[in-house]
Amino acid sequence: MKKYFFAPLLLISINVLAGLPKTDSTKKNITDDNAGLTLPSNFSAIKIADGLGVARHIVVTPQGEVYVKLNFNKRSKYKNAILHLIDTNGDGIIDSIQPIGNYAGTGIAIKNGYLYASSDEEVFRYKLNEKNQIIHPNNPEKIIIGLLNRGEHESKSITLDNNGNIYVNIGAYSNSCQEKDRQTGSMGMKPCPILDSAGGIWMFKVDKQNQTYKDGTRYATGLRNVVGLDWNTQTNTLFVMQHGRDQLHDIFPEMFTTKQSAELPAECMYEIRKGDNAGWPYIYYDNFVNKKIIAPEYGGDGKKTTTNYINPAIAFPAHLAPNGLLFYTGNQFPEKYKNGAFIAFHGSWNRAPEPQEGFYVVFVPFKNGKPTGKWEVFANGFAGKTVITSSRDAAHRPCGLAQGADGSLYVSDDTKGTIYKITYNK
Amino acid sequence: MKKIFIVTLLIITTFFFVLAQQPNSIQQSVMRGKIVYTKYCLSCHQADGGGVPKLNPPLTVEEYINDKNKMIQIVLKGMTDRIAIDDEEYSNNMAPHNDLTNQQIADVLTYVRNSFGNNAGAVTVAEVQAVRNKK
Repeated sequence: MKKYFFAPLLLISINVLAGLPKTDSTKKNITDDNAGLTLPSNFSAIKIADGLGVARHIVVTPQGEVYVKLNFNKRSKYKNAILHLIDTNGDGIIDSIQPIGNYAGTGIAIKNGYLYASSDEEVFRYKLNEKNQIIHPNNPEKIIIGLLNRGEHESKSITLDNNGNIYVNIGAYSNSCQEKDRQTGSMGMKPCPILDSAGGIWMFKVDKQNQTYKDGTRYATGLRNVVGLDWNTQTNTLFVMQHGRDQLHDIFPEMFTTKQSAELPAECMYEIRKGDNAGWPYIYYDNFVNKKIIAPEYGGDGKKTTTNYINPAIAFPAHLAPNGLLFYTGNQFPEKYKNGAFIAFHGSWNRAPEPQEGFYVVFVPFKNGKPTGKWEVFANGFAGKTVITSSRDAAHRPCGLAQGADGSLYVSDDTKGTIYKITYNK
Repeated sequence: MKKIFIVTLLIITTFFFVLAQQPNSIQQSVMRGKIVYTKYCLSCHQADGGGVPKLNPPLTVEEYINDKNKMIQIVLKGMTDRIAIDDEEYSNNMAPHNDLTNQQIADVLTYVRNSFGNNAGAVTVAEVQAVRNKK
């Protein structure tokens, strides 16, 4: 008990040492232009916080407090694992920012009295009190350790089911499993040796400490890199968004034009069941012919198809970089949004010489646990301009999504560290 | 007199001919280098050389731009190290481009060193060959 006694004191001293203001006045963020976003009618948006840095995934507690998982570098203002954001005076804008921990990363989740957060190698969990606030900010349990991080597709996104399991993405440290990564003409390794420890989703227990690969299960394979994933409580299955491969033209210039390279392959949503294989690196999905195409590294010619591997639940245009996935279960938005999926597209970098694309939040209507096939841009304008040549030109890039207890939708931006709150007004 | 005139004309013509054929005048090298850049570099490093945050580094960091040997070596051998450039780490691997000719590498680096706000002079074929010889 005694050591817990000092935790709040420690937190305060961290604030003092880091020279961080305990409160930030962000009232200036209230504007009547929907924070620069374009939304369907009767929706509105505000910036509840700004300037947080590389704000990756987010969660909102039933009390309306926000936990933001941060990535950071030497120059970042906050070199913290998590920021705990509170609106202490009830004006809707965050006025208290509590930094927690010091590991960079992407994944965060909240469930049954615990907050889960990941570095690029480990997953931690923090016990929450009855107000859903972290009890011991400096003493998380380490539940998973030793996950592969080779500096490419390194983020470990997480989601939980209702049976005490946590699902962790371990991205492949490669574009297409070539013998020489991204080299023109280099063929694929057979079988791809990366898949034993990456390029898939691993399942672990939520309540066991220090689990390593041998304690987990490779739940699904053949997924190049997943950043956005969510457990669908209606179907009771895992859904993931894959970042599709890059550079078909650069690697096989005789086979693919720059335009084909910009428009292929699709970014796919998969519904995952235990043991599924989505086919990376051996195939990619062509959303123009709606077929699984053999990758050129594995003898494909841009046309040869296969019926092996699972089909996507729905496919999106190439390279949009889906970083957040959220099934909407709230009651605030109109009926059509119920149980549908929101996707935060980070925006492309590799459609040159075509303009870059993405930088918006999409809505995918679902019926009986399946996408209806039509999707729409829900929130646009994050980038601040319409034609983006380089992803660096985008002012904000959507990354994480969360649902508030009142049914509001929260979106994080990892370029400037803005947190948006989107509400529906009847 | 006529002889002198012809000789002079010949000398002048030769001079301009040589000048026109001079493969490494900076402007010409930059022009050729831009074609090489568009084909082999642009998709990752972008049209403005600014790169992609967290993925592909910008080609405007002086520490690299001013170091010809380092640049030649990166083009020849690629780059898979996860090192911080200007405090930011970049996670995409760069493939080696040792199949490019010395002239193409000299041209593309001359283009990069004289574009995107850089002003660092030319890279010559001999300099590329020297780094290639070192292995």
